[in-house]
Amino acid sequence: MRFPMVQELLGQLFQKPNTNPFPAAQLPPTVTGLLEKVGRGEAALNPPVPVPAKLRGKMTYVRETCIGCKLCLKVCPAHAIDFIEGTKKIRIFVGQCIQCGQCTEICPKQCLALSDEFLNASHDRYADELVVD
Amino acid sequence: MKTIEVKKPSGYATQIGPAHPALKEPVMFSLDIEGERIKKADFVPGMAHRGVEWMGMRRNCIQTMYLAERICGICGITHSISFSRAVEQIAQIQVPNRAHYIRSIVGELERIHSHLLWAGVAAHELGFDSAFYLAWRVRENVMDLLEYLTGNRVHYAMIQIGGVRRDIVPDQFPRIEESMKFFEDAYAKLAAVFLDDTTVQMRCRDCGVLTYDEARELCPVGPTARASGIKKDVRIDHSYAAYGDIEIQYQTPDLLTGEVRGDVYDRIITRLLEVKQSIGIVRQLLAMLPDGPLLAIPKPAVLLAKLKGAAGEAVGRHEAPRGEVMHYVRLEAGKDEPAAWKVKASSYSNYMAWIPMMEGEQIADIPIIAASIDPCISCTDRVALVRPDSRQILTKEDLHRLSVEKTRRIQAALAK
Repeated sequence: MRFPMVQELLGQLFQKPNTNPFPAAQLPPTVTGLLEKVGRGEAALNPPVPVPAKLRGKMTYVRETCIGCKLCLKVCPAHAIDFIEGTKKIRIFVGQCIQCGQCTEICPKQCLALSDEFLNASHDRYADELVVD
Repeated sequence: MKTIEVKKPSGYATQIGPAHPALKEPVMFSLDIEGERIKKADFVPGMAHRGVEWMGMRRNCIQTMYLAERICGICGITHSISFSRAVEQIAQIQVPNRAHYIRSIVGELERIHSHLLWAGVAAHELGFDSAFYLAWRVRENVMDLLEYLTGNRVHYAMIQIGGVRRDIVPDQFPRIEESMKFFEDAYAKLAAVFLDDTTVQMRCRDCGVLTYDEARELCPVGPTARASGIKKDVRIDHSYAAYGDIEIQYQTPDLLTGEVRGDVYDRIITRLLEVKQSIGIVRQLLAMLPDGPLLAIPKPAVLLAKLKGAAGEAVGRHEAPRGEVMHYVRLEAGKDEPAAWKVKASSYSNYMAWIPMMEGEQIADIPIIAASIDPCISCTDRVALVRPDSRQILTKEDLHRLSVEKTRRIQAALAK
C-alpha cells in the first residue's frame, strides 16, 4: 500500500496558505458590515494580488479626441458600444464589454484604451461606474 | 387454452442525467443494469442549446473570432486558432512565422492548464479531494503565466486573423522559464500522487477499457485515442503553426509503463505525459522564436475590407487538449459575416467511446469513466432540433384518441 499524497499533505501543514485572503482573512458576518467598517476606518481590507502589467481591464475613453467614426462599433464582438447620434460620441457598457481590446486597435485617434481596473462587479449593470462615456 | 408468455425483464433500467451531481455538464446516460453491473449503456447528448453558430453568422469575421474563443471556457484558443486557420486559407493570408510560434506557445500553455484541470476533476470523481486541490493549486501557476502573457486568465484574445495580437518579448522569457521549472517539479509530484497511489491504481486499472480495435472502429481523438495505443495527433499528422519545426512525438502510455491497456489509468498517464511534453515544446519554441512581424495585415479595417472580398470554403484544424477541433467556414464575396460556420468540438468524436468503456463496469465507476474522456459537453452541443410533425409528449387528448382508435381496431377485428 503506497500513499504518496500523505507525505505531501504533512508537508503542507507547515506551509502558508496558497490563496490570498481577499477581502479579509476571515469571512465577516456581513460583507456590507465589513465595508461600512472600512469606510469608518475601523477595519482594513486585505488588498487583492497585484495584477500583471498588461492586464486587460475596464475600458477608458477620451471623449474629446473621439471623432465619431463608428469603427469601434463595427468590430465590437459583444455589441457593448452605443453611438449617440446627437453628440456623435460613444458610450461603452462595461457590463457587456468582454475586454478583448479590439476597439483600441481599430481606433484611428487612440482614444480608447484598457486600464488595469478589474473589480467591476455591481448589482446594477447600468450603474454609473459601469458606463463609460 | 392459450398460454401467455411473459418476457421476464433482464434487469433494471436506470437513467443518470441530464443534470446530475456526478456530471459536470448536461448529458443523459440510460443504462441496463444487473445488480451493480452495467449490461448495456447508451447516452443522449444535445441537452444544452447554444446557438453559437447562428450568432457567428451574424457577425463579421473579427467579431466571430472572439465568439469562437468563447465556445469553450477551458480550451478557448483552440477554437480561435481553428477558426482563424479556416479564414486565412479562404482569404489566402500568409501568417508570419513569429505569429505561428506565439500561437503554438499559447496553445501548449493552455494544454498544460487543461490537463491539470482534468487531473483535478478526475481525482475529485474518485473521492481523492486532496489530489484535486493539489492539481488545481499547481494549475494556478500556468493561469498566472497566461495572464502575464496575454492579459487574461481564461480568454486570451491573442489570435487575430493573420497572426497574433501580442508579442512575447525577451524580457518575459525568464518568467516563462521559471514556470516551466515549476512544472517540471510539479510533474514529478503529480506523477507520484496519481500513478503510485494504491487507491488510484485500484480504481482506475482495468476500469473503463477501450481496446485498440474498439478505438479504431469508433475513431476517438486526442488523449482518449492515444491512451488506447492509437498514434494520432493533428500536431504531427497535419502539422500546422510551428509544430513542423520541432521535435514532437505521439504520447502513448507505453512510453512510461511499456504496455497499453486502454483503461482510465492509461488515460491519466497519457495526459500527464502530455503536460511534460508541452513543457518541452514551449522551451523549444522559445529558443527558436524567429524575428518578424506579428500580423500579416496590421490594420483591422484593412483586414475587414479584405475579408469582405474573400470567397470560398475551408476547414481549420487544431489539436485541442481533448483532441482534434475542426471549424468549417464558408465566406461569400460582399458579405462581412461568414455564410456558414460549423464547429466540431473534440468531445463529439470521443462520445461514442463511452459505450464500450461503460459496459461491464459498475455503477460507481460511471463518474470516473464519464470524466476519463474529458468531455466538454456544452462545447459539443449545438442545436436540438424539434420537428413540429413528430410529437414526443402525449397529452391527455392524444392518449384518449389513441385509446379510442385501439377500441375501434379491436371491434373491427371482432366483427370480421
